[in-house]
Amino acid sequence: MAATRALGPAPSKTPDKPTDAAGQAPRRRPRAWRWADIAEFAGSAASALLLTWLIFDRFLPFRIQGVAFFVAWYALTLPIYWLVVRDGHGPVAARDRLASVLVTTGAAVALSPIFLVVGYVTYRGWSVIDFGFLAETMELTGPLSGADDGGLLHSLIGTLEQLGIATLIAVPLGVLTAVYLSEISGPLARPTRLVADAMTALPSIVAGLFVYSIVVIRTGWGFSGFAGSLALTILMLPTVTIAAEQVLRVVPGSLREAALALGSPYWRSVLLVVLPTARAGLATAVILGMARVVGETAPVLLTVGGTNILNVNPFSDYQDNIPLFVFNQIRSSKESFVDRAWGGALLLLALVLVLFVLARLAGGAGPGRRSRRKKGAAK
Amino acid sequence: MPAKGSTVEANDSEEPTGLAVLGFGEPADEAGPRRIEARLSGSDRFYRALASTGAGITLLIIVLIGVFLLLEALPAFRAAGFGFLTTQRWDPDSAPPEFGVAAMMFGTAVTAVVAMLATVPLALATALFINEYAPRVLRATLTSLVDLMAAIPSLVFALWGLFFLVPWLQPIEGWLVAQLGGTLPFMRAIATGSSLFNAGLVIALMAIPITTSIIREVLSQAPRHECEGALALGGTRWGMITTVILPFGKTGIIGGSMLGLGRALGETIAATLILNIRFEIKPQILETGGITVASGIAVEFFDAQELGLSALMAAGLSLFLVTIVINLVAAVVVERAKAAG
Repeated sequence: MAATRALGPAPSKTPDKPTDAAGQAPRRRPRAWRWADIAEFAGSAASALLLTWLIFDRFLPFRIQGVAFFVAWYALTLPIYWLVVRDGHGPVAARDRLASVLVTTGAAVALSPIFLVVGYVTYRGWSVIDFGFLAETMELTGPLSGADDGGLLHSLIGTLEQLGIATLIAVPLGVLTAVYLSEISGPLARPTRLVADAMTALPSIVAGLFVYSIVVIRTGWGFSGFAGSLALTILMLPTVTIAAEQVLRVVPGSLREAALALGSPYWRSVLLVVLPTARAGLATAVILGMARVVGETAPVLLTVGGTNILNVNPFSDYQDNIPLFVFNQIRSSKESFVDRAWGGALLLLALVLVLFVLARLAGGAGPGRRSRRKKGAAK
Repeated sequence: MPAKGSTVEANDSEEPTGLAVLGFGEPADEAGPRRIEARLSGSDRFYRALASTGAGITLLIIVLIGVFLLLEALPAFRAAGFGFLTTQRWDPDSAPPEFGVAAMMFGTAVTAVVAMLATVPLALATALFINEYAPRVLRATLTSLVDLMAAIPSLVFALWGLFFLVPWLQPIEGWLVAQLGGTLPFMRAIATGSSLFNAGLVIALMAIPITTSIIREVLSQAPRHECEGALALGGTRWGMITTVILPFGKTGIIGGSMLGLGRALGETIAATLILNIRFEIKPQILETGGITVASGIAVEFFDAQELGLSALMAAGLSLFLVTIVINLVAAVVVERAKAAG
């Protein structure tokens, strides 16, 4: 726009909007779907449906489950649609249309588990969760008690304490590492960044084994909530580090230089300028790290111990937490235990969703991007 | 980023004026620019040391994990010798201990292959859909949906897989076994359900989000003018994708898939809940029974005696080494792919 204007005397009309008055054709929108395109697809799908019905109901000597019917319907729709488009628009367009159907299907298949999981867990767990479920422990609950008896107070307290301790350790360490990576960027920066990247996919059970061998056995401390926190710290650290580094990197260099030019030492410029500027993104990094580890089961299985009674001291004796509660309950064959496991799973899912929404609210669109409020202020 | 070697506190006696700091007032005939010395104050040195310690600890943790697992695993390696890699059975606490990771490694490889066969096409399709096909208003929502999927605990996916997906797949698998089991030996099965194949499919759910978000990020850096050029020359959208976007994002797709593979190899809970534990190598992937390294550790942990624990550490060490190598290579590949954009 600005460039066009600079070329000549200011035009009265915006030049990129052709009008019919000037004798030009109406604007073409190559991406828009026309009714004819939709009709082609709908027609193909309908004929494939009829063909599938014909084959399954009339020709095949045996009956097949409903799922297979839909698979066959889909599989028949593709070549029919290809033939129809090829006939009308040529092979290049046919390949393009077929590809868009396949890509859309792939995305739908990949993303649909989210809705199915949230829906199914809510369906199974909703009736279990009530006040008693949150306020009781499993201490007095035997195998014959109903699902409304007993609860996961001990696990909830364990999760909160272990997550809290892990956050207290991992966040300062992760932010320090991020500051090193983005502000100092010394000789350790490249290996540290690679290791942090590799650690995001560190098998969580290996972290559990490591803490088990050092804290639980070597120091003779035994199972404790704190050992679990250490295992969670190892898993949380890379997430926090990477997300924090990304937000620190988008802090404008001019802010740092202004602080340095005013005579502040590096540490003050980082502490009073860089970190506060990235505040929102850092909060997101922390919450994402928490969401990453709150549902981890494998490492706490090896370090926390698991118990049915309430233990509020994370530094000694067995504790429990929600993933462990779910894991132990689901492995029972009793219906009431399985029901309680679904209740725990729903609570866990809700916790993750809350953390996730909090992360989005804290950081705007995501780590590394500025929040809406700041965007407005920058204008 | 503050450049190294620039001076901030230039109020020492050698540099009396601000002009001198900026390089004015220097003799013009001196060769090259004047060397600027950086002297850090005590507090800055402390700050640097602190941040370096933080980075050092992060580095140290990964080294410590390797070293300690190795120390703990040594007795098992001594007892098993080379048989550790070839034995299928897992009886480390029996009178003559007999154990090895062959069955576990086989199961891990099979589940990882199944998971990757499902993950790579689906993740690629999702990334392309979000970047190129979805309406602009939906793009941010879909991206956060992928992030949300990454945040859902693997335990919840595993539960859903066990109670919903596996029963749902049962009739299809039964039909496949009945139709193809006669001709293809690896499709035979006595019972389906708790099989390596199903565990692999559930594990794919945990590999899809990370793979998708990395592939999407790399593909979104494809040069826009080249894409528009392809369209302007009359190419279809699919033509643009195959000629511009996919060749550009090849490395990113490989790197993202490898990071997903790292996830798939280390996934514990899905395999523990779904698999019917059986320590043997069998190529019938649809048949109930199998074991992976991670689930083997989780299952055998509570019954393990002294040598048994050491053997589990050895299994953990082998898993650790495999995933770390894969992840490091993947991290380098992804870093290159992003730098190219």
